[in-house]
Amino acid sequence: MRSKYALRFLALGYLALLLGIPVALVFVNAFQDGVGAAWAAVTTPEAQHAFYLTLVMVAVAVPLNTIFGVLCALAVVRQRFRGRALLNALVDLPFAVSPVVVGLAMLLVYGRRDGWVGDWFADQGIQIIFSTPGMILATMFVSLPFVVREVIPVLREIGTEQEQAAATLGAGSLQTFFRVTLPAIRWGVAYGVVLTTARALGEFGAVSIVSGKLSGQTETATLFVENRFQRFDETGAYAASVVLALLALVTLLAMNLIKPKEAQG
Amino acid sequence: MSYLSIVALIPLAAVVVKSLDNGADSFWNAISSPQAVAALKLTLIASVVVVVINAIAGTLVAWVLVRDDFPGKGIVNSLIDLPFALPTIVAGLTLLAFYGPDSPVGVNVAYTRVSVAMALLFVTLPFVVRAVQPVLLELDREMEQAAESLGASRITVFRRIILPNLAPAIIAGAGLAFARAIGEFGSLVLITGNLPFKTEAASYFIFSRVESDDPAGAAAVSVVLLVVALVVLLAFGWLSKKALRHEE
Repeated sequence: MRSKYALRFLALGYLALLLGIPVALVFVNAFQDGVGAAWAAVTTPEAQHAFYLTLVMVAVAVPLNTIFGVLCALAVVRQRFRGRALLNALVDLPFAVSPVVVGLAMLLVYGRRDGWVGDWFADQGIQIIFSTPGMILATMFVSLPFVVREVIPVLREIGTEQEQAAATLGAGSLQTFFRVTLPAIRWGVAYGVVLTTARALGEFGAVSIVSGKLSGQTETATLFVENRFQRFDETGAYAASVVLALLALVTLLAMNLIKPKEAQG
Repeated sequence: MSYLSIVALIPLAAVVVKSLDNGADSFWNAISSPQAVAALKLTLIASVVVVVINAIAGTLVAWVLVRDDFPGKGIVNSLIDLPFALPTIVAGLTLLAFYGPDSPVGVNVAYTRVSVAMALLFVTLPFVVRAVQPVLLELDREMEQAAESLGASRITVFRRIILPNLAPAIIAGAGLAFARAIGEFGSLVLITGNLPFKTEAASYFIFSRVESDDPAGAAAVSVVLLVVALVVLLAFGWLSKKALRHEE
């Protein structure tokens, strides 16, 4: 029995030293100059704009990736076409790519000088790199696979019997999707959306390259944390981190609420 | 499919094309410059070390979470996913708060290679735990009891029965952790100081090449990272399947 406690002590000690204590310390550091100072640091115009921009990223990237994710999962599971296995493998690609490489890739396609199509967009008066559209594209790239990965196993699990039954009763394919398939996969979709949101909120490397880091213009919440820290404004960096960490905790809570429902189907 | 192409495939193709822009020679020069080699070496060695620690610590944590029982287990279990949910830049700042110059316990590893490993350990923590946990839950305890009743010691039971059953999951989790570790950027930026030849990881080297207006050089090192990530994922997938067959 002694070994049981030794293992428990080892595991919890490891988690506390790597995860628990450091994260708790961020909260302590954020409020070292008082709650007022921390509040003031995250309500400056730059900070507000940074959080607003992060919300814009989430508001565009998450719905687009959710729609794509559901359609892509349907194609991979329900349809037979050439390249289906390839599509299935390619969807995971963003997991294997460094965020910095994602940023570089965006630069090489949409950048004004180096990019393949950057010139054309510039002629139309649309600037992609060093502005919001490029940052949204980078965010979409890194958070692409989550919904697909969550929905595919659920679709496999539920099978096609109910969909076929609906079809024989005269339901059109759209009607079948909205009345039969979507309700069945809703918790899988929800779980994927939570993961996508968390990734979009926290993206740093890709956005860091694409944004040009113009404070108050193309600075997201994560870039704001770096900027404040580099300028020796520790309270600002820690306070903004606390906001992001609280969002992460909300994410965890949502994951824990959704997971059991997903398992029930 | 076209959405996937616009968002992901065409940009990645652009990286590959750019890396060969000035011919194979300049590609080779870009990835064999001493600074690039040092960065790639650091990233690969740190990732291997981190994955080995992860495989052991992750299995241990999963074991305690499945087989042990203690107050607050549910909370600990949900906190395992925190490194996935926490923005990487916050993860770096978090570690810096406890293990940096202002450490309340006087442990300062900032700007050393230890800090590189530490940041990678933090962000890859959930992979092995989450891969092993479901397998451990499903594992039939009768086998273990049978072995014990036949006189096997607990170490033998672990080595001959539990470990072979967990191996595919440990390997699969380790592969994902490795792929994540070699590309990691955000958590390294603040705590490692990104000192060339010392704590500069491959991802930061790419970043600095982009910033100093050398996209072709950045693309060349990116291609190396991409290839390593794909090879690692394929190799670990194959190993994991092999371990699975071995067990049957």
